[in-house]
Formats: sequence, structure tokens, C-alpha cells
Amino acid sequence: MAAREVTQGWIPAFAGMTRGFGKGLPKGEGVGRGLRALRAAVQRLRATWSPGYAVAAAVAALFVLGFLPFVKMGLVVNGFVLGAIIATGAIGLTLIYGNLNFANIAHGDYMAMGAYVAFFVVTDLLAAVGIQGQGFGPFTFGYPLLIALPLAAAAVALGAVVLDVVVYRRLRNRQVNAVVMAMASLGLAIAVRGLIQIIWTGEKLQLPRESRQVYHLPMDIRIPPDSIFIAGLAVVLVVGVYVLLTRTKIGKAMRATADNPDLARVTGIPTERVIWATWAIGGGLAAIAGVLLAVFQAQLLPSMGWEFLIPLFAAVILGGIGNPYGALVGALVIGVSMEVSTQWITPSYKHAVAFIIMIVLLLARPRGLLGRSN
Amino acid sequence: MALLEARDIVAGYGETQILHGVSLVVNEGEIVTIIGPNGCGKSTFMKSVVGLVQVRTGSVTFRGADITAYPPERVVRTGLCYVPQSANVFPSLSIRENLEMGAFIRGDDGRARIDEMFGLFPDLARRPTARAGSLSGGQRQMLALARALMLDPVLLLLDEPSAGLSPAIMGLVFERIRDINATGVALLLVEQQAREALRLSDRGYVLSGGENRLEDRGPALLDNPEVARLYLGG
Repeated sequence: MAAREVTQGWIPAFAGMTRGFGKGLPKGEGVGRGLRALRAAVQRLRATWSPGYAVAAAVAALFVLGFLPFVKMGLVVNGFVLGAIIATGAIGLTLIYGNLNFANIAHGDYMAMGAYVAFFVVTDLLAAVGIQGQGFGPFTFGYPLLIALPLAAAAVALGAVVLDVVVYRRLRNRQVNAVVMAMASLGLAIAVRGLIQIIWTGEKLQLPRESRQVYHLPMDIRIPPDSIFIAGLAVVLVVGVYVLLTRTKIGKAMRATADNPDLARVTGIPTERVIWATWAIGGGLAAIAGVLLAVFQAQLLPSMGWEFLIPLFAAVILGGIGNPYGALVGALVIGVSMEVSTQWITPSYKHAVAFIIMIVLLLARPRGLLGRSN
Repeated sequence: MALLEARDIVAGYGETQILHGVSLVVNEGEIVTIIGPNGCGKSTFMKSVVGLVQVRTGSVTFRGADITAYPPERVVRTGLCYVPQSANVFPSLSIRENLEMGAFIRGDDGRARIDEMFGLFPDLARRPTARAGSLSGGQRQMLALARALMLDPVLLLLDEPSAGLSPAIMGLVFERIRDINATGVALLLVEQQAREALRLSDRGYVLSGGENRLEDRGPALLDNPEVARLYLGG
């Protein structure tokens, strides 16, 4: 009781002190001018930095300083690679949420579909015309995978647009709520996974691969060359999405539609086309994330995308739903947390780590670390 | 000839019917104001003209074409632009990006028109990269006007342009409305500030309970004792 009274008394007093800070000082004197400038700088910081950044910075600092001495650096590096894969999927997921206002539960299975399409292109399509190979440069996979990547992205992008026309657009026109949309996407998730099992069976598959030397770095860090490829491609894609959203007409229209769909329509923005663009980009990114995951895990399973949903959603929620830059930060935090946790717990429980972070965050700060207040 | 003619509009949301047959005419180059008590259907009327609310019966004709069933993205192509009452800018986009979106369906890239808008609203030209969500109420309203003007509309629909503004800023907004009208753009306003709005209007309509109540020249409505008693506060 007494403690509470003290804090109540103290906080306004402290606020009053900072408000008056530098105010009563004589003008023109060096010290006064310096303090006033400092005060202005503090106010500017307060105005431009949302508390989200402060919380995010604090979490990151705690993370790095508190755990670093006990953590194997190799796991941290691995975590960043996993985070890059999560980011590639999560950015698409959060863009779709921002523009269509529902959680696309089928996103993980779009990822899996992308991996299987790439597998088909590499082992059937390209092999049939004599394009074969594994162990391309320092990587375990062959150069045919580089051809398969854009083809898988295009196929899933097209599939995502078709499914929008066939399923989601009909529901949209009936103005159903977000729960109905999410349930429809759950149905599609099961259907897509079923399709994968029908075509490729439920067995574990592998892309043609050849063993390769891992790079040895100081501090006992070992990096498979594949990880460098994964991280590099993810960086390129993230930069690409950033350029798209901030420099191109369709990207700006995507942000405008996410802000306010009705205003977008009365402004003349063709919102249906914007939605298709969102699906194409989200689907394409998901497909690439799926292929990268298949390379990272060195195997394909029909359930690989479904199981990846939890890290995806954890990253999206951590970054503030609908915020692509937040999803990127969230993905790296989740990826590193998941990998580092394997130092103490069984690796098969690492998805639970993402789940726990997601639950704690939903309870403590539901709009995410970088989420804005309204 | 009438620029915009709405005849016996019946519209509403879901089960509720809000407009029970509203008719209205805007002639070329006119400023027309709709006044009326809260909930009388002023905003719903605007939304049914631009296609955001479906018209159940009745017709909307604009420049001789029947636009009753047009969706909003098609209405805006006919030269009719609309500024909603609230949420009328894209908050996460910069000032310049908002104007670029206003020019989305222009043939050119709209750069020259953006410069014209910066000339008309010098406040916006000062920080073109500022996020619209960080602007003050007055600046936001100016940006919303500029965004709607990007397409060189023939008719501009403004839903309560003075809502939530201080009297001084309100005066500025009305001044801009007069400037816009002077360039030949017709305006249809919905206003709570009935006195100020009617003063600059050629004609006015009084709606009540989703129906037409009165129609007259702006100054005449101001002098009408019934209007004064009901809507102008004495």
C-alpha cells in the first residue's frame, strides 16, 4: 500500500522535472543552449520512437547480453538462417493479412507446395530434357534448383491467385467475416496437403544432393554453404519487397489498400487487382521459403509447411500483424530463439518455443513489438 | 442541364433502411450544401452516390450517364471525386504518396498535378515525405482535398470537411472550398457548420429522417425561420 502511494507521488514529480528541464535557464548562455538542445532532442526522440522500438531494443539487448556467454555461436548463426526462411514466409503472410484482413492458414501448405513443385521440376521436368546435376559449386544442390526456384514461385503465385478467384473472392463478395475466411483457408490447407500426398505420396523425399564441406569459422562456428545461399537469397527478397512497397505504384497501392480499402476504391485504385498482386507476391515468397526449408532440412515432407505455421504466425504477431518490417524482425527473433533453445531441450520441441513466445506476446503485448497503437 | 441528378434514392445497411427517397440536383459550377440533424442520412446519401452503399431503388445520373449501379472505382473515373468525413487519407503513406495514389488512374504520372496541389496547399509542400498519419487535423483535411483534386474532378463530394477542426482552421478549409469552386469545380457538401456552409452555397437542401424537407437558395435557407430554429441554433 505504502509503496504504491510513494510511486504515485514520485512519477508526476519526475515528469514535472523533465518538463521543466532546461526551461528556466537564461537565454544565449552556452550551458542553457546546450541543455535546451538536449531537451529538444529528447522530445524528438519521444515523438518519433514508439514504445515498440524501445521494447524491441530492450528485448534484443537482454537477449544478446544475457545469453551470449552461455550460447553456442553456431546455434545463433543457424537461428539467423532459420529466421531468414521464416521471414520469407512471414512477410507474405503479413501482407495478405494487411490487405485481406484474415489469417491465411493455408500459407504453410503453399510453402510445401512450392518445395514439391521445385522437386518436380528438378527430378522430372529438367531431368527429362537432360538437365541434371547436384553439388553446384560449394552447395549440396545442383544448378537445376536455381531454374526450379522461379518456376515454383510462379506456379504457387498463379495458384494463389486462382484460389482467390475460385474461393476467397466469392466469400469477399458475400462480405463474410474474418473467421469464415480463416476457416476457408484451413479447408484449403488440408486440400493442398492432400493434393501433395496424392501426387508425391506421404514418403520423405530428397532433392538430389551431394555432401559438401562446411565452412569452419572461429568460435567453433560451422556454416554449411547452403545456409549462406539461403540467407543471401532471403536478403535479396526482403530488399526486393521493400523496393516494391516503397518505390512502385502497385506496391504503394498495396499499402494504401491495407490502410483503408474503401478509401482506396473511391480513389480509383483497382483493389481487386491489388489483392491479386498481394496473393502473387505472398504465394511466390511462400514457394521460395518452402524450397529453402527443403534445402535447410535436407528433406521434403507433406506436413513440412503445416508444421512451419507456428513460427510463421509467431513472427507475424511478434512484428505486429500486417507490418512487413515487423515480420522480418519477428522472424529473426523466433528463428534464433528456436535454434538456441536446442542447446538445452530436444530439437523436436523447438516449435514449442515459437509457440510459447507467441502466447506470452499475445498476453503481454497483443499488437506486437513494432505494432502501432491503432 | 443538371450535372448530378439523384432521384428518389432508397438505400441503407443490411436490414435498416436509412434513405426513404431522397432527390437532389447539382448544376455545373454550383456549391450545394446538405444540412440536417444527426442520423438523417446525409453521409449515407453521399456514399450511395459514389457507390459505397448500394442504391435499392431510385437513380443517380451524372453528366447524362446512369451511374446508379457503378462500383466506386468506376464512379471516380466519370469525374466525380469524394472525400469521406473521417479516415480520408492513407495514414501510413507519405503526403506525396497519398497524392500519387490520388493520381492512380490518371494517364500521366501526375507529377505536374502534384506540383499544382503543392501550390494550392503550401502547407503540404513543406514536408512531402511526412507520414499522413502524423499530420494535424487541418493538414489532414487539406491533404484529403488535394488527393481528391488530383483527378481534376468535375464534381467534388465533401462529407463534413470542417469536422473536428478549430474555428480558424475551419475558416481556411472553407476558403479553399471557395478557391476550388472558382476554378469551375462543382461541390456538394454535407455540413454540421450549417451557417458557414450555407453562406458560401448557391443552394441548400435540408434532409430529415431520410427524406427531403426543404430546398432553397443558400441565403434564403439561412433566413428561413424554421431552418434557423431547427438547425442553426436560434
